[in-house]
Amino acid sequence: MRDSATRFLASRPGIILVGTLIGVLATLLQKLGNPPNMGICVACFERDIAGALGLHRAAVVQYLRPEIPAFILGSFLAALLFREFRSRTGSSPIVRFFLGGFAMVGALAFLGCPWRALLRLAGGDLNAVIGLAGLAIGIAIGVAFLRGGYSLGRTHPGKPVGWIMPAVMVALLILLLSHSSLLFFSEKGPGAMHAPALISIGAALLIGALAQRTRFCTMGSVRDVILMRDTHLLSGVAALVLAAFVMNLLLGQVGWGFSAQPISHSNHVWNLLGMVLAGLGFALAGGCPGRQLFLAGEGDGDASVFVLGMVTGAAFAHNWALAGVPDKMVDGVLRVGGPGPNGQLAVLIGIVFCVVIGFTMREKLEV
Amino acid sequence: MQTIDARGLSCPEPVLRTRRAIQNLAAGEEILVLVESATSRENVRRAAASMGCSVDITSQEETYRVQIRKA
Repeated sequence: MRDSATRFLASRPGIILVGTLIGVLATLLQKLGNPPNMGICVACFERDIAGALGLHRAAVVQYLRPEIPAFILGSFLAALLFREFRSRTGSSPIVRFFLGGFAMVGALAFLGCPWRALLRLAGGDLNAVIGLAGLAIGIAIGVAFLRGGYSLGRTHPGKPVGWIMPAVMVALLILLLSHSSLLFFSEKGPGAMHAPALISIGAALLIGALAQRTRFCTMGSVRDVILMRDTHLLSGVAALVLAAFVMNLLLGQVGWGFSAQPISHSNHVWNLLGMVLAGLGFALAGGCPGRQLFLAGEGDGDASVFVLGMVTGAAFAHNWALAGVPDKMVDGVLRVGGPGPNGQLAVLIGIVFCVVIGFTMREKLEV
Repeated sequence: MQTIDARGLSCPEPVLRTRRAIQNLAAGEEILVLVESATSRENVRRAAASMGCSVDITSQEETYRVQIRKA
């Protein structure tokens, strides 16, 4: 039974089924209360968690999004059940921390991680096309480094390491479900929009478990095509977009255009460059923000450090006004948003950081 | 037979090393790839199969031994 499930989920029909399910669940979570075109957004949700914990004080983006802990716990349970849980760490954790931090800065300049870029596209937000192009460029640069021998080195077994993140995630869920006074909760803005917590937890546990089994990864889908002409992961990502688009049509959640899209800006240059940085950061760290969560769940201490880097990056992004500002209509005139001067400088510094890492973290090619 | 120790490396590095080694193989020659995770095992298996190789996998303690023979 376990073996046949593993074989199916490793197959192309398996990854297509999981991509479809993620697309359907994401649009339903949006219908049930999550923000527009943000049924699931790993970067935005980690940013909201940073706000809920008081690491930044942007009052409109503070909510302990239960999807993130549930993704990790879903993956954790699946890895335990299928005997794939392996506590490990030691592959350049400090580099991964900063890659996570800068990838978050890039994603928040665009206003979304790759998952949200796909969901924005499925909702008719054409700025997502620019963002996804930037993502692909960033990943292509990462692939060039990989071909040149880029490596963050080997992990080593570390017995209790892999249990820390799942334990912290359980604690976060307890804080949320008990409506703890330790947490900040937005009263308006995107942070105040959310699906019922138990439904979010159930959906995210399922996605976490299936993504652990299929190795679903948005960054990997592009990387594998460029690097090996392998379209396995890409077929799952395509299924996600298609399923989300059909669901959005059925639910009346599609609105085509560039301007004044929900929680989005049409500053094309910084949509592109923000996602170049994000794509490069994810490629150098070996996984998209979702995949990093699933790896953290199956015992990977280094992926956990990347996640903590993203949360820290989100805190800085709002404390230092680095994040993109959505487009706004003022007296009937469109005011184009995007990152301000601080955010633009941070994106450029992030790209320089990633390029330096790409050039310097190289191993001699043995074969 | 050449052995590639990819234990502890995260994807796509085990696959990249395997592909490079397969490209240098003559027909009928074999290599052995050592990996730790099921993800790496599956990725290496898929990459080798897509390059027309036969693959045989055994596991020993925490290590998967992926034996690849070029057709």
